[in-house]
Order: sequence, then structure tokens, then C-alpha cells
Amino acid sequence: MTWSEMWALLEPECWNTLYMVGWSTLIAIVGGLPLGILLVLTDRGGLLQNVVANRVIGQIVNIARSMPFIILMVALMTFTRWVTGTTIGRDAAIVPLAVGAIPFFARLVETAVREVDGGLVEAVQSMGGNTWTIVRKVLVPEALPSLIASATTTVVALIGYSAMAGTVGAGGLGDLAIRYGYQRFESELMWVIVAILAVVISLIQFAGDYAARSLHGRGGRSGSAPKLRLLKAKEPATADVGKVA
Amino acid sequence: MPPHENRVAFQTECTPPGHTHALHPTVTETHVITTTGLTKVYRSRGREVTALDGVDLHVREGEVYGVIGQSGAGKSSLIRCVNLLEKPTAGTVTVAGQDLTALSGRGPRAGRELRQARSRIGMVFQHFNLLSTRTVQDNVELPLEILGTSGKERSRKALELLDLVGLADKAKAYPAQLSGGQKQRVGIARALAGDPKVLLSDEATSALDPETTRSILQLLRDLNRQLGLTVLLITHEMDVVKNVCDSAALMENGRIVESGTVSELLATPGSELAAALFPVGGEATGDDRTVVDVTFHGEAATQPVISQLSRTYNIDISILGAAIDTVGGLQVGRMRIELPGRYEDNVVPIGFLREQGLQIDVLGQEPVLLKEGAK
Repeated sequence: MTWSEMWALLEPECWNTLYMVGWSTLIAIVGGLPLGILLVLTDRGGLLQNVVANRVIGQIVNIARSMPFIILMVALMTFTRWVTGTTIGRDAAIVPLAVGAIPFFARLVETAVREVDGGLVEAVQSMGGNTWTIVRKVLVPEALPSLIASATTTVVALIGYSAMAGTVGAGGLGDLAIRYGYQRFESELMWVIVAILAVVISLIQFAGDYAARSLHGRGGRSGSAPKLRLLKAKEPATADVGKVA
Repeated sequence: MPPHENRVAFQTECTPPGHTHALHPTVTETHVITTTGLTKVYRSRGREVTALDGVDLHVREGEVYGVIGQSGAGKSSLIRCVNLLEKPTAGTVTVAGQDLTALSGRGPRAGRELRQARSRIGMVFQHFNLLSTRTVQDNVELPLEILGTSGKERSRKALELLDLVGLADKAKAYPAQLSGGQKQRVGIARALAGDPKVLLSDEATSALDPETTRSILQLLRDLNRQLGLTVLLITHEMDVVKNVCDSAALMENGRIVESGTVSELLATPGSELAAALFPVGGEATGDDRTVVDVTFHGEAATQPVISQLSRTYNIDISILGAAIDTVGGLQVGRMRIELPGRYEDNVVPIGFLREQGLQIDVLGQEPVLLKEGAK
């Protein structure tokens, strides 16, 4: 197989993967963020303490997380048809990808939000802030670096899941690797795909880390990651830190 | 430490050391914080812990009131109950004439009225609790955002407050770039943003070094004088009470065991707080000796009582320890003297000292329960 032949196959599938992963990430964030925050708020001692709601949400998340993706895809077919009108193709694949990623991201959000210092919540309460204010002005902004890292992990996991989307005819790079590399013994193409995926995932991870870091470096709490401050040494005010701390 | 750490906002307003009036003119007889029968019981896994056991607290308008006690005494629960961050199990809290316990409702969440009341009570914390992702100015603006103040007004007010606490040049910095003392100044500026009548200080200086502690206390005191701000602070450091408080209360096991203005406390025989505020050392040199603590304040301080005592009763007096200090803006002298013979032999000379208007505590005698080196 020549390079031009490979490229003709690769190019549309790259876009397919990007399309599926992009949309499902977006939906996962929109759905997983509030779910993760709710898991923290409804927990014992939380601002919206509701043990029953917490158990129910927690159980749903656990069940969804424990289901193998390929089974989830089949199990959701009725729902997928109801949403997209079809169970085949890349639009149909987005539904199970998103449904699988929401609880995944929600758990990561939960962990990130739990890390936020309870003293900050108390401070905003003492100013007369309500729960929504606390979520908006404290929990989300303070957890943002961790949330970005969580989103990065979710994107990487989704790229992995998307390989299975080929089973419903959605295409994508993973599907190409299975069809050509595994079923037709075209190992060159498979290795090219593996290389592309490795590069893409590295880039995403790098971008995510960079974004999380630059937020941290800007306002990182004292004591966190001194290395990151060095990255931002150009800021004049940062020069004080060494003397003060 | 950067040089501006020691800067004090109102240098001219500072009380000169050794001034004689404990109560400055801003203190009125109106009670601005009152708690009655305040009780807080924590229940976990069937076990009950009583953190507050019927606390009655009266803080007058314009004073700096210190609650001191060891950790676990219930101080933290007390200050958290004042703005209902903790919901008391029983009892009432009234702040600026408003019964907050009545506003709290039944549910665990704070209703609108309680939240509005809280916005008029400033609070500063031991660990500052500044949002790391916001600049100093944005941190100070946060309470104003909650109050719904317009953007322009917010930044005007924030800059004004930062100027007040001596951090005008740090408005655009992030908390991570500040020292502990600077962070606490930001915390104070933030607490003042809602124009509170009352400031609650939860161990605000406990995470700071002694020098920074002094500058923060000075700031609190200046704000108290300048703005007529009532300050309720809790601390485990006696120096804090000594430096800034007009009144103080000692907490033990969820109860207030002693309270009053600093001068009242100093005049109370056997007051643990007074002894701790103003300790004198020295041990008896033998069994057949009587050790007496003599406290001078006001008029009595000018009388040559010790030499009179010695001449009148022809006894030899040894001085074990003595100090003069300013406590709560009040100059006080305290001396520990030793008289030969047991207490029974010294009833008359001790009576003489009492007649001179001095406060006499005899060690090891009723009603005096002065604890040696009480903290």
C-alpha cells in the first residue's frame, strides 16, 4: 500500500474521529460537570446534603462506569435511535460515547471539586453567598486546573472508546486500524494509525497540561508546585515570592 | 519580610503606650452581639459532644472583645455560631438588634434573610481563605459581587479598602504572591467590603509570626477606633488579648468561666485571666513563708506601700518578682512578695495591704486559686 493510498483512507477517518470525540467531549463536559458537582454537594456534610440523592446519583454513575463500552453501545441502541433517528454512523456513535463519558468525567469532577478548601466555601457563606454563588465563584474557578486535567483524561479515554464505534459503522481511525490492520493484515497502515494516535494523544495531553499549569502558575496556592512559578518568572510581582516565602 | 509589612494604616490614630483609659470613646453601653444560653451539641454515630454549654456573651458596641481558651474549649464553635455558620442547638444570637437564630429557619441551608444579615458581619479567618484564582482586588470585590454592587463602585470600594489596609500597590497581585501578613490584610479588607458593624476574627493571627501578628492586631485596633467597628476575636494567644482587647472572656469546656473588661478582670481577686494576662514569677523560699501577689493599678500605684508595711509591722519583705506592663491600654504593676511566717501569722499585714486599696492574692489561700504560671 502506498502513502497516497493510505492517506486517502486516513484523511476522512481522522475527521470522523475528531468529529465523534469532539462532540462527545462537549456533551460529557456539559453533563458531567454538574453531575460531579452534585455528587459533592449532596454528600454528607455538603451544602445540599441529601443522602438519598447522593446514593442514587452515585449508583447510576457506578453502573454506567462499570459497563464495557461495547456493551453500552448495544444497550443504548433504542435511546440512540430516539435521539439521532438511527443506530448506524458517526452521529449514532456520539450518543453512547457521550453517555459513557459523562459518568467518567463526573467522577473526575467530583474528585477535583472535593480538593477545594472548605474554608473558601465558609468564607463565601460568611459573606452571605448562596450555594449557586459558591459553585460559580468558588468551586468551579478554584478547581479549574484539575477540571482541565480531568477533561484531558476524558478526551484521551474517548479516543480509545471511539475505536469501538466502528462496530456501528461510524468509522474513525481505530476502526480503520481494526479493519485494515487486523482483518486484512495491512500492518503498515495499522502502525501508521498507531503513530498518528500517539502523536494526537501526546498533543492533547500537552495542551491540557499546559492550560492547567498556566492557571496554576497564575494563582496557585502557596506551597503548590514551586516549579510552575519558575515558568512564570517574567511576571514582575512573582519576583517577590522568593523573598516573602 | 517586605518593608511595608509594618506599615500601619493610621499612624496618627495609634494609641500611645501607657495611656490610662482602657475604654476609648467609641465604646457605648449598647450590646451589639448578645448570645443567651448558646448551646451546640455535635452528634456523630450516637455520640454527643457538647461544644458550647449555655454561653452568654455580651459584646458592647465599639469594643474589641477577646475570647480566649485552649483548643477544644469551644471558641471556634462560638464564633461560628455568631453568624450561624454553625447552627446552635439551643439559645439565641442577636447581632445589631437582629435575632439571627430566628432567621435561620429549620432547614440546614441559610435563607435569604440570614444571608443578608451575614453580609453585614465581616469575618476573617486563620488561614485567610482567599480565592487563589482571583487577584487581590477581585478577592476584595467578591462580597460586593454577592451584594450586587455595580462594577465601577466595586472597584472603587475595593481600592479604597486596600488603601486602608496598606496594600494599594498589591491590587493586581495574586494571593500566592503575598506574605502571610499581607494575605490577612486582604482578608480584613474583604471582610470590611460590606460595611459591617461587626467583625469576627477567627484566630486571625494564629498562622502569623509574632511581628506580623502585632501589625495585624494594630490594624484591627485602628479599624476599631477609626470606624467604630466592634470586633469579636477568638484566640489562644494571651498576647492578643493583652495587646488589643477592651474586654475578654475565658472559655473552658464550652463555658465562659470569666468575663469582663480587662480592668474589671485585673481587679478580680483570683482571676485566672488576670493572672495569665499579667504573670509574675517566683517561688516561695521555704514552707513557713507566705507568698502574696500585689496588683497595683490606678491611684494605689503611687503609694510607697511596701516600705510602709515593712516599717509598720517590722517585718522583712523579699520581692520575688515584679513587673509593670500595659494591659488593654491600662498600666498595671504586679509584685510577688514573700513575708516570713505562715498565712496565719500574716493576717494583719495582709489586711493592711488590702486597706491600701491594693488587690491582694495570697498564694494557696481561699478564695485565691491562682494557678502558678497559668496560661
